[in-house]
Amino acid sequence: MKNRDLNMEKRKRYIISFVAVVILIYIAQLFNLQVLNNDYKEWADSNAFLKKILYPSRGILSDRNGKLLVYNQSAYDVMVVMRETSQFDTLSFCKAVDISLADFRRYLADVKNKNKNPGYSSYTPQLFISKLQNKEYGILQESIYKFPGFYIQNRTVRQYDYPNAAHILGYIAEADKQDIADDNYYIRGDYIGKTGIEKSYENQLRGEKGVEILLRDVHGRIKGKYEDGQYDKDPVSGKDLTLAIDIDLQAYGEELMQNKLGSIIVLQPKTGEILCMISSPTYDPSLLIGRQFGANFAELVKNPYTPLINRALNGTYPPGSTFKPAQALAFLQENIITPNTAYSCHGGFPIGGRPKCHGHGSPLPLIPALGTSCNAYFCWGLKAMLENRKYGSRDAAIDKWRDLMVMQGFGYRLGVDLPGEKRGLIPNSQYYNRAYSDKNGKSWWGPITIISIAIGQGEIQLSPIQIGNLAATIANRGYFYPPHVVKEIKDTPLDSIYTHPRYTGIAREHYESVVSGMRLAVTGGTCYGANISDIEVCGKTGTAQNSGKDHSIFMAFAPKDDPEVAVVVIVENGGFGATYAVPTGRLMIQKALKGEVPESDKWIEQNIKNTTILRSVLPKN
Amino acid sequence: MSYRKINIWNALDWWTVALYLILVIAGWLSIYASTYDYDQTSMVDLSGRSGMQMIWIITSLVLGFVLLMIDSEWYEIFAFWIYFLIIAVLILTVIVAPDIKGSRSWLVIGPIRIQPAEFAKFATALAVAKVMSVYRFELLNLSNFIKILGLVFLPALLILCQKETGSALVFLAFFLMLYREGMPGFILFLGFCAVLFFVLSIRLSDVFWGQTEMSQFVVLLIIMIILLCLLYNYKKGRHHLKFLAPASAGVTALAAVLSIYLPGGLNLSWVVLGIIGSLSVYFLFLFIKYRAFHYLLIILFAVGSVGFLYSVDYVFDHILEPHHQIRIQVTLGVVDDPSGAGYNVNQSKIAIGSGGVLGKGYLNGTQTKLKYVPEQDTDFIFCTVGEEKGFVGASVILLLFLVLIVRLVYLSERQKTTFSRIYGYCVTAIVFFHVAVNVGMVIGITPVIGIPLPFFSYGGSSLWAFTILLFIFLRLDASRNARL
Repeated sequence: MKNRDLNMEKRKRYIISFVAVVILIYIAQLFNLQVLNNDYKEWADSNAFLKKILYPSRGILSDRNGKLLVYNQSAYDVMVVMRETSQFDTLSFCKAVDISLADFRRYLADVKNKNKNPGYSSYTPQLFISKLQNKEYGILQESIYKFPGFYIQNRTVRQYDYPNAAHILGYIAEADKQDIADDNYYIRGDYIGKTGIEKSYENQLRGEKGVEILLRDVHGRIKGKYEDGQYDKDPVSGKDLTLAIDIDLQAYGEELMQNKLGSIIVLQPKTGEILCMISSPTYDPSLLIGRQFGANFAELVKNPYTPLINRALNGTYPPGSTFKPAQALAFLQENIITPNTAYSCHGGFPIGGRPKCHGHGSPLPLIPALGTSCNAYFCWGLKAMLENRKYGSRDAAIDKWRDLMVMQGFGYRLGVDLPGEKRGLIPNSQYYNRAYSDKNGKSWWGPITIISIAIGQGEIQLSPIQIGNLAATIANRGYFYPPHVVKEIKDTPLDSIYTHPRYTGIAREHYESVVSGMRLAVTGGTCYGANISDIEVCGKTGTAQNSGKDHSIFMAFAPKDDPEVAVVVIVENGGFGATYAVPTGRLMIQKALKGEVPESDKWIEQNIKNTTILRSVLPKN
Repeated sequence: MSYRKINIWNALDWWTVALYLILVIAGWLSIYASTYDYDQTSMVDLSGRSGMQMIWIITSLVLGFVLLMIDSEWYEIFAFWIYFLIIAVLILTVIVAPDIKGSRSWLVIGPIRIQPAEFAKFATALAVAKVMSVYRFELLNLSNFIKILGLVFLPALLILCQKETGSALVFLAFFLMLYREGMPGFILFLGFCAVLFFVLSIRLSDVFWGQTEMSQFVVLLIIMIILLCLLYNYKKGRHHLKFLAPASAGVTALAAVLSIYLPGGLNLSWVVLGIIGSLSVYFLFLFIKYRAFHYLLIILFAVGSVGFLYSVDYVFDHILEPHHQIRIQVTLGVVDDPSGAGYNVNQSKIAIGSGGVLGKGYLNGTQTKLKYVPEQDTDFIFCTVGEEKGFVGASVILLLFLVLIVRLVYLSERQKTTFSRIYGYCVTAIVFFHVAVNVGMVIGITPVIGIPLPFFSYGGSSLWAFTILLFIFLRLDASRNARL
């Protein structure tokens, strides 16, 4: 046959080769798609699976008496899956949720903005509008089918029954970029504790998100649960907390502190539980929920008296004379003095013409020195300690002194279960060598240079909680439990640091001397104003010098022999300790121990409440 | 002529029958998998697609049996009758067919719907084989060639009128048969190049690598490689390749590296164009040296190809209306049209890609089950295989098709009559074209042209038509030794 020549035979082979090459190219492409490239698997999952996050309810907070402080209420977020959106009536959507068209466009742009929303994916639900009002929710729910790609996500917002304890409770807010970057548990629109207990107990409170994997077809219709819900996870509710706080005491303290700056802390020395912790000015925690959050928050930030700051933990003050019991304990422990050691005082510590003192008898032994808050006594004591040869050097002496201070809970964070605690300042030899040295680097400081630390001035900085803890330590005669605001976590033991006492290492008999001094201060000394007929109060006033008017400080515990409460009161710019801090302390002690203030003291209460001490400050812009 | 009585069951090529049965059954299982739903129906439930496909398979087997029983002579005798009958039906279809999803290719008779276009393929194959098997038929004779083109393009044109572009394009497959029968290879080659360059230049337009527009660069690179291959084809110039090939590759690679570090960037297209120019000059020198005319033809090819490339670009960018541009781009899968062709291919790639090496397991595909892939039991049936059976399963199916096509080539070659051989090559070419275009489309290589995967896709017309196409050839093959 004519066509069956050699040339045509060759063409048969060409044809077979061509077919084989095409098939091999196809197999190579299959290899590329199915084996080399992993993207398609992910795309397929996000295509077919709708991972619906099931939010757990956040743990509930109640006070030590079981009064509900913080609980949850339903709120509704509008979520959008960008890939599923298509043309719809934007105007009727805006109407339903009560936003303007410009808002709509802006929200949409925000969702897609990788800067504002780092977790953006067009396949997963993204937060579009948070916290819809109930009415808007109702309207949108009815017409949501008209807006493809939009969903309503049910979640909860915090609700508060008392306008108090804002600093302790803290607030929650949408997790920001940093939160999301730090912990991949969070996605945009999740809530996270920002301050207070909400922050420090975030992991216990938030619970665990659940997930429901639904199969979804190309039209977004749900076709049922994937593998009959085999891979679904139920949300685990957050743990409920019982606080050490007594909300009535807290509210009372806040009332007393109104129109004043400062703080009150009442501790239970036997346990370290914080019964109340007032920082003034404060704010109503329910300002920081819902859609008003932004506006209210801005308002609080602008307030020149910084209501968002928890002064009880984040403020540090020179403790003034409230530091003297700690000095007495250190000197006694180091055998620098005995309770009978007497130092003379004629209107102050004589050397260098510094710390002045007020009129009292001279010379005085320790107990009356504490009772009258003699400045000279403690200056002599510190001088004696720093000059004592047993330490070998000045530096060794001051470092020993510092160690004794640290043992009493100063200079470091106590480990309060709230964020932002300040450590204060207890200087050591290094600190002074750096501060007081000549050009050649040789330090020239001596006991006289730094003598004011003996009376809680100079470099000394303590936070109110550290002063309160000092009172608790003295009340306990030598140990303390780190102060904490959470008494109980449901089904979980408390962190062991709050259940193990920390000992100061100072002998009990020394504490008894100091207790006697503090009792004398109340019965016949500087804090006579805290002398209550039926409660044996021990106390110590303080007057902290600072750039403005002195801060008025009072620390106390009661009753003397079986202390139930330790108290610290700081009224900024309140003048002498006795002026405002002592009467406030008096009221707090009575309220804490008896549940109410007797009729005879009501005039003090009124007086304190009606007092306004606000230094003039430049408004923040 | 005299005949020897043959036993059809002994002479039948059981290899091909076995491949046919495997593919048909695999197709049926895939259709069940792709239509399988949560409110599932049984595989043989006649209200479901797989149930219907079962009917088509059984009737196809009956049809195949009947075709094997018919004496092979009859096919040759009735070739034209069948052809003209089909042409008549096609014309009728153009006139009366209702519009079903944009296509006017369905003939509806009561409950039965058939697509005559599917049957036009075997009819045309018979007619072409008949014409070309005439004694002393010379294909290269122009009037003969035109006659053949007429026979092929008449049904194609009618099918185009029915808005079934894909089915009309299938008739291009006949060129593969014509090539085997002596049509100059360059026609096929030029046609192939033209389609390749056109698709590439539009598909890769707007893809840039630095300064380089990839559409031009890739096509020019292919032209350069073809030129070097052509040089290899002719003995006299072959030894020059030793330095020409490395030089061309070296310059291109160097330019590519340079373009990264050069501050202003570098348009690689110009570099490759320069190489093509240099090669052309060199070929001119070879032409003068050896007085060999084919070097001039190679230069002509180079100039023509480059001219074609730039005119496609120009025509596309400046002459075509924007909506035409988009239509072509969407068809070629360039423009991501979420509801159109681009979306389909994307979803299909996702479905296949998510299958991995071994697949998700039979009936476990999520993409196909949840209807992400459109036309998943017809044109995109290969997705189901890819998703549920993975790389291994999909490759096996492709290799089965390869074996079938090679077997068909082998069978065609062993025919003793020109009629049978030509018909055999028509079958081979049509099956190959369908597989190449359909699978290529599903895995994102070829443009989206909606034609079914032979023996696999759901549909009575398609399965019947392929059964007829194949079994007529099997009958012809079985009786190859009957004629003495």
